[in-house]
Amino acid sequence: MTRHFSIAALLAQAARGQKGWAPQWRTPAPKAEYDALIVGGGGHGLACAYYLARRYGLTNIAVIEKGLVGSGNVGRNTTIIRSNYLLPGNIPFYETSLKLWEGLEQDINYNAMISQRGVLNLFHSDGQRDAAVRRGNAMLLHGIDAQLLSREEVRARAPFLDFDTARFPIMGGLLQQRGGTVRHDAVAWGYARAADKLGVDILQHCELTGLRIENGAVIGAETSRGFIRARKIGLSVAGNSSRVAAMAGLRLPIESHVLTAFVSEGIKPLIDCVITFGAGHFYISQSDKGGLVFGASVDGYNSYAQRGNLPCMEETCEEAMALMPSIGRLRMLRSWGGVMDMTMDGSPIIDRTPVDGLYLNGGWCIGGFKATPAAGLCLAHLMAKDEPHPVATAYRLDRFATGQLLDETGGGTNMALH
Amino acid sequence: MMQAFRQETGGLIDRARPVAFSFDGRRLQGYQGDTLASALLANGVRLVGRSFKYHRPRGILSAGPEEPNALVELREGAAREPNTRATVAELFDGLSARSQNRFPSLRHDVLSINGALAPIFAAGFYYKTFMWPAAFWERVYEPLIRRAAGLGRASGLPDPDRYGKQTAFADVLVIGAGPAGLSAALAAAGQGGRVVLAEQDSALGGRLLSDRRSIDGRPALAWLAEAEARLRAAGVRILTRTTITGVFDGGTYAGVERVADHLAAPGTLPRQRLWRVVARRAVLATGAIERPIVFGGNDLPGVMLAGAVRSYVNRFAVRPGARAAVFANNDDGAGTIADLVQAGMEVVALVDPRPQTPPALRAVAASHGVPVFEQSTVRQAVGGTALSSIVLGGKADGVRLSCDLLAMSGGWNPAVHLASHHGGRPVWHDALAAFVPGQMPPGMRAAGAAAGHVSTGGALRTGSEAGGGKESAVPSTGPESDAVTPFWQVVNPTGKAFVDFQNDVTSADVALAAREGFTNVEHLKRYTTLGMATDQGKTSNVTGLAMMAALTGRTIAQTGTTVFRPPYTPVAIGAMGGTHRGARYRPTRRTPAHDWAASQGAPFTEAGEWLRATHFPKVGETMQQSIDREVRTVRQAAGFCDVSTLGKIDVQGPHAGAFLDFVYANTISSLAPGRARYALMLREDGFAFDDGTVARLSDTHFVATTTTGNASRVLQHLDFCRQMLKPDLDVCVEPVTDQWAQFALAGPHARSVLEQLVGAGSDVGGRSLPFMAVAQAAVCGVPARIFRISFSGELAYEIAVGASHGAALARALQSAGAAPYGLEALNVLRLEKGHPVAAELNGQTTAADLGLGRMLSRKKDFIGRALSERAALQDADRPALVGLRPRAGGTLQAGAHLVPAGAPARIEHDHGHVTSAAYSATLGCWIGLGLLAGGQRRIGEVFRAVNPLQKMETEVDIVPPVFHDPAGAALHG
Repeated sequence: MTRHFSIAALLAQAARGQKGWAPQWRTPAPKAEYDALIVGGGGHGLACAYYLARRYGLTNIAVIEKGLVGSGNVGRNTTIIRSNYLLPGNIPFYETSLKLWEGLEQDINYNAMISQRGVLNLFHSDGQRDAAVRRGNAMLLHGIDAQLLSREEVRARAPFLDFDTARFPIMGGLLQQRGGTVRHDAVAWGYARAADKLGVDILQHCELTGLRIENGAVIGAETSRGFIRARKIGLSVAGNSSRVAAMAGLRLPIESHVLTAFVSEGIKPLIDCVITFGAGHFYISQSDKGGLVFGASVDGYNSYAQRGNLPCMEETCEEAMALMPSIGRLRMLRSWGGVMDMTMDGSPIIDRTPVDGLYLNGGWCIGGFKATPAAGLCLAHLMAKDEPHPVATAYRLDRFATGQLLDETGGGTNMALH
Repeated sequence: MMQAFRQETGGLIDRARPVAFSFDGRRLQGYQGDTLASALLANGVRLVGRSFKYHRPRGILSAGPEEPNALVELREGAAREPNTRATVAELFDGLSARSQNRFPSLRHDVLSINGALAPIFAAGFYYKTFMWPAAFWERVYEPLIRRAAGLGRASGLPDPDRYGKQTAFADVLVIGAGPAGLSAALAAAGQGGRVVLAEQDSALGGRLLSDRRSIDGRPALAWLAEAEARLRAAGVRILTRTTITGVFDGGTYAGVERVADHLAAPGTLPRQRLWRVVARRAVLATGAIERPIVFGGNDLPGVMLAGAVRSYVNRFAVRPGARAAVFANNDDGAGTIADLVQAGMEVVALVDPRPQTPPALRAVAASHGVPVFEQSTVRQAVGGTALSSIVLGGKADGVRLSCDLLAMSGGWNPAVHLASHHGGRPVWHDALAAFVPGQMPPGMRAAGAAAGHVSTGGALRTGSEAGGGKESAVPSTGPESDAVTPFWQVVNPTGKAFVDFQNDVTSADVALAAREGFTNVEHLKRYTTLGMATDQGKTSNVTGLAMMAALTGRTIAQTGTTVFRPPYTPVAIGAMGGTHRGARYRPTRRTPAHDWAASQGAPFTEAGEWLRATHFPKVGETMQQSIDREVRTVRQAAGFCDVSTLGKIDVQGPHAGAFLDFVYANTISSLAPGRARYALMLREDGFAFDDGTVARLSDTHFVATTTTGNASRVLQHLDFCRQMLKPDLDVCVEPVTDQWAQFALAGPHARSVLEQLVGAGSDVGGRSLPFMAVAQAAVCGVPARIFRISFSGELAYEIAVGASHGAALARALQSAGAAPYGLEALNVLRLEKGHPVAAELNGQTTAADLGLGRMLSRKKDFIGRALSERAALQDADRPALVGLRPRAGGTLQAGAHLVPAGAPARIEHDHGHVTSAAYSATLGCWIGLGLLAGGQRRIGEVFRAVNPLQKMETEVDIVPPVFHDPAGAALHG
């Protein structure tokens, strides 16, 4: 059985019809007890398991997942990675994440096609330019790459954008070249395989049905496959955080909204980097397979339905047409709706909860994918050390009570502005 | 070659109307009524495209929207549409199409070498390699992969066509106009409700157009014509060329009508139209899609779905080959043989993999002299760029038959896609050997083949039921066998056996996925890309999961299926975006005096949705000179500025004061009629939201202004507060921004200018109209509101008149001696006075940060009060508003960060940032505002305003934010 991935292994297997490969992770039966349990087999939960085993030496652990590995938002996003943040509480975290992305494939021996093609935020007014300058300078002061592009420099990179008839003319853009895109499913599979290799049990079709708490401390999880004892449980179930936390009697400062993303039919290379439209809320890139991947804002109402609505689709396509009028003759191939944990300041929560041994990683709003490695690392750190990772100290659960908010956009409690 | 494969007679094409078209530069001819695919076949063109990964030669598999192979680039230049399915592209005169994803030519494609590398290029191979060295991914591997991937080429040019949108309401929406849909629509129309019938094809009829059937003892086409006439007479709205692509909440269905895609140019028509159909009930009569069978070389041009073969033979009068074989696991094979023979083609074999071939079918074959190979399969299709022979497996193993057409049928998959758009999964039906709709969206019923009733009789009967009709009204049909025995794949095929043609997923790939643990259908799909191509798996999904079921020893029901999501077929993004492009992306709002300002030579800039004059240059002036002059005019004489863009909200009612006290942080109800007050609004989370003035015109009538950018958001907020939070208050909130033209008149001479405009009877003197007073008087003879308020810090008024008088008022102000000033001067004037605008009111600042902390009332509750009292919002070290004055004549840019003089420009020394900066003509230097940790406690300190992004830096003194007339003496002048 071949387990290590390499060109040599691939060639060797080619000679025998690729018949020597084994399952990429095991399908073990749940043990009665683990040292730690992670709820949620999405990107964040699997990354947490991997880093717990790899960096913190906890290998008698399991990930429980109600469906399949990677069936949540890690497989329903627009695959963008970046660290072009503004606030001091955010920048070091997202830069940690970007650095982990940069070394991820060699670390986990899985090609997730991390592609640092650049993320270009367009601006269309003096006010947006000033905000972009402020943000770019914040990044540079943190030692992170940022460039301000003029209108002509943007045009040279993306001549297909509307420079001539646009309602809101493109004035320029803020570019982070190290940002880019990733093959999202591969992230989940790669972490699952790497964690499994270190002895982590990945328990698919194992749904959390209750949390057993004694004397204010968690002692295990009730699941669809029986009770599993564990004194440390990390919740990493963005999209369902409120419902899962309610099992511990917690009420989270989170609303659930649907965000719809889209992909077009595959075409030959057209868009080289990720482009965001400042006169609306729209972002677009092109996958390695050729599809244009794009999205816009969350739906205007709370929902757990994993489906979008027609007005939202129309508005997204309006923004697409306004940004690049050549897109009209391309076709939308698929759309998918993911449920977003929306917090009241647009930033996440990675923190202890009032229940001892119960940890929460959630509230990722519409930006959880890029955070996958760092969120996993910081949740792992929190679970292993019972204290926050130095780059995640701002993601406190009680900040809505203390007012130490992390509102990148100044959107406040308006979900569509985050 | 003139349509050498066209039958001499028959078909639903118009032989009187020949149509010229080109493919890869070859000039060819077809007929009106052809699709591009049927016309290509009529001309003997069988090689149409290359596959995605292995660049294998591909032809035409189907005759409908499920086509995975025959994708072309249609039309030229900016109108080019990549990935267009030749099977649904209607032929028009002058049509030009090109094959895609090949280099240098379709026949000789360099990347067909990938076929030889297939042992390496197995499913998911890219996850296992291309990782070393790390830097090579973006530089080497990925560019190669990207160039090889993708299918057609986008034009990159603006779409030249227009798109429309329309909404329709219906009691019943019937989706699909085959026998089931027609029967449903007839029944529904009989009930008297509003009926919409949507059909993706250019004509009604579905399979009736392609199969020779009889209904009520007559040819089906005769029944069809009569049915259509009856539907039209009953007022049913019939939408042809309209595909229902999505089912949304609330009974909303999205449909795309291809209004002009069958024409050489749309002319005055939109190219396509998005229909939003809101329907109480819907009948899913979308038919079924035939399954291919997985065997070696099943992707060769010449291997076609049997139903498609019958379509080409019967509807389009084409002979898709000369010598045909039929490979089918169902009794449809009889019809296929009969049709092929009727069309004058030789049929060399019926290959039936089932344990027993029914006698009736054997008899049909025998009557046409067609040998039957029972319990046999096609192990391999053989040929170069087209089929030349087949090799049989099973009982007839090793038999080789020469043929150039293979009609295959693995049975039918009901087109259940729309039924699962609300998340309901299709369920496996053993007797039908098919997935049928599971839990459907509210109000939807399935009928006909979509529900598993593939016979014409079954379709008519279930259609009528779904439409609400009586069984007695259902026409009779001849006997039909719809017996099917599941048969998915030939075991041990010779050569590559394709499951998903377009994404080049083979049976070996499915097996590899199983081996690596990707056994769930969702994982299978994502790991192998099965079903993720532009055909969305219409011919591959079910087969793939059946194969996975076999590999894992589970039943198909246990294996389950994926959920389908909108759109059912790919939709032009232009159709969804409608007319919202270019200048029409969002409305352009112009103030009532816009044209007047333009006549003065003013340039404009976007301010939210508005266009505002930036400055009013005189001949020979630069922009900066113009701004400086305008600023000086206001400070020394009188200027006027169009402020009509400010949001204006009328608040009326006995409880208007109480309502405003609730939404504003300061107290409004204590305002006396005839007075105005600066007012600040917080968000619920305690941060500053918006500011403006509130004027009280009478006991029960207030008018509030908002900032230009927040006007709609504030209105939305007030509506929410009124309806949801304070429904008991008797108050009315109405936007009146568009009803008023409003001008600021400012400067030491403002009063004398105003006096010229008001009648002699009106006193605008300081005693009767003091600072913050409001008067209603005639200005230039029209009713006006005069607010004695000031943004510039000078003696100033804001004068509001009915919108239609705006331009006249601007002219009058100018004649009375005031000079116009624009947005830029307005900004300098407010900066000199330290008034915050959007750059400071940025959603991240508190009232105290902006120096407005004292406005928060301690005597009442108001929105945002409780959360504004949180510790972190009260922190004295929060960044707060300060003035910035560059040293040594330096300039300043907004967005620069503030680090203490002498400290390095690193984040640990970052104390704040510059929010606004401009050159002040009044002070003769650059000035700025900033948000600095500790705020005004830092006055007197020296900071560096660092801007590494633009490679600029200035030393600045921290000064109070009010640069000009801090005592406010000019206001009261």
